Amino acid sequence: MANWGTGEILVRLDNDKRAGSNSANVLRWSIFQLSRGFKVSVAILVFLLLWETAPRLGLVNTTFLPPLSEVLQAWWRLLLSGDLADHAGASLTRSIGGFLLAIAASIPIGLAIGWWKPVAQYLNPLLELFRNTAALAILPVFILLLGLGETSKIAIVFYACAFPLLLNTISGVRNVDPLLIKSARSMGLSPLSLFRKVILPASVPTIFVGIRQAGASSILVLVAAEMVGAKEGLGYLIQYTQFSFQIPEMYAGIISISVIGVIINFLLVLLEKRLTSWKQSYSE
Amino acid sequence: MTAKISIQHVQKTFRIKRNLGHLKEVLQPVSALQDINLDVKQGEFMVIVGPSGCGKSTLLDLLAGLTKPNSGQILLDGKAIAGPNLDRGIVFQQYALFPWKTALANVEFGLETKGVGWKERKQIAQEYINLVGLAGFEHRYPHELSGGMKQRVAIARSLAYDPEVLLMDEPFAALDAQTRETLQSELLRIWETTRKTIIFITHGIEEAVYLGQRVAVMTSRPGRIKEVIEVPFESRTTEEDLRSNPEFVRIRHQIWDLLKDEVHRAQEQEKDKSLKATGSKSKVKGVASDG
Repeated sequence: MANWGTGEILVRLDNDKRAGSNSANVLRWSIFQLSRGFKVSVAILVFLLLWETAPRLGLVNTTFLPPLSEVLQAWWRLLLSGDLADHAGASLTRSIGGFLLAIAASIPIGLAIGWWKPVAQYLNPLLELFRNTAALAILPVFILLLGLGETSKIAIVFYACAFPLLLNTISGVRNVDPLLIKSARSMGLSPLSLFRKVILPASVPTIFVGIRQAGASSILVLVAAEMVGAKEGLGYLIQYTQFSFQIPEMYAGIISISVIGVIINFLLVLLEKRLTSWKQSYSE
Repeated sequence: MTAKISIQHVQKTFRIKRNLGHLKEVLQPVSALQDINLDVKQGEFMVIVGPSGCGKSTLLDLLAGLTKPNSGQILLDGKAIAGPNLDRGIVFQQYALFPWKTALANVEFGLETKGVGWKERKQIAQEYINLVGLAGFEHRYPHELSGGMKQRVAIARSLAYDPEVLLMDEPFAALDAQTRETLQSELLRIWETTRKTIIFITHGIEEAVYLGQRVAVMTSRPGRIKEVIEVPFESRTTEEDLRSNPEFVRIRHQIWDLLKDEVHRAQEQEKDKSLKATGSKSKVKGVASDG
């Protein structure tokens, strides 16, 4: 508030013309922000409104699709009882665990494969094959080998994350602008520092594409895995509430999952922007 | 007087892999350079001019130590060039700046490799940023700079680690005419301040005469040195409008005369090659007799 005050005084001290254009700018800016906010949220608001009214107007069966307000109440109850935190915690531990393990393993391996060209040529078809094998199709194999416990769940997340990460890292390393490599080599860089100072930073944007793909699939795959065999987790919550006919709670679980997915993606985009700020600002 | 750089009987052949669409890869040996001999004196501004595809850039790669000649040798201060080293700096046509580094950090890059300490590095880099007239832009990323500014950063980067020879591969070819002229006179000013030996490659005749103390004219492929022309101007930066000086015009015409046939031959070679690659031999003959 105090800042606003001084700001106003400064504007008044300024000559009329500039003050006029300043306030016009502020107005234009706030209109722009409003219209942007409207564009971003209008579709979601309409969807939520439809969800609330359609069951109330009898357009759909309230038993199978309760209005949004009821779902939110159920969500609040789950939150207060601590159940939601337990389930979400279990899910997040698994997906983040698998995701981080995949990053720790795939990126170094990808860098090595990409750097060593013949290896990349031989391995790429195999990696493509693995990537296009749906992780869930392999889930039974994981359960057979690793049992129903945490290990198989983390393993399936790891599997789903590993291939997008691996393939993007390899292509990132292989597609570094040859001129940059030539320029660095002309300055007498050793292969090791060439890798550290040129190849690695140049491939960060491509690696991040892989990280975002992996982040998305880590949640997707986990929920499905939890539906097959688990005693806790959001996937389990959804499955269990459906069987016991607690329909509002089931929707509460679904909403939680989409919100978590959106948040994770948002955080990754934020991190990506920070790490690749040198690429940005073409869109402005 | 001993030569700073001495190119002796250098020869270079390539096996070029051409992959044209549906056709299978053709491996054909191409002789890029044939028996190149050239001595460059300490502190000299030497320009090499030639038609496109004559092996100018190949010669520069050899000088940089990025590739090795098939026969012959290149001596720097009497010692054969063993590989890339910080005693030679290269400026490329496409700038080759690291996009994730600011202008200042780009200039620091070579110093870092040289092992100069953090503080000193910053200071030297700033000096060279000032030298190329970019003070105030040191914290911009390459994508925030114009083409001319990028090339200034690239020049500063190559000068910062204090190489003995500056190799420039058509550095101004991608710039617009006005920026190019400004950078040419800037380069002369920088050369006069730093007294570096510069080997400058171009296909522009006027650029060659304007910049070079001597201009080496190359033939079309396989590249040879056709003639080395002296350009006897005392100081280029003090002369008012050097380009309309009658002596300047005369030398430009002389080089143009030397290059005319070579350019024509180079273009014929280019046509021939792309037609041969498509496999229709009869067509090649038809076009050749037309031209």
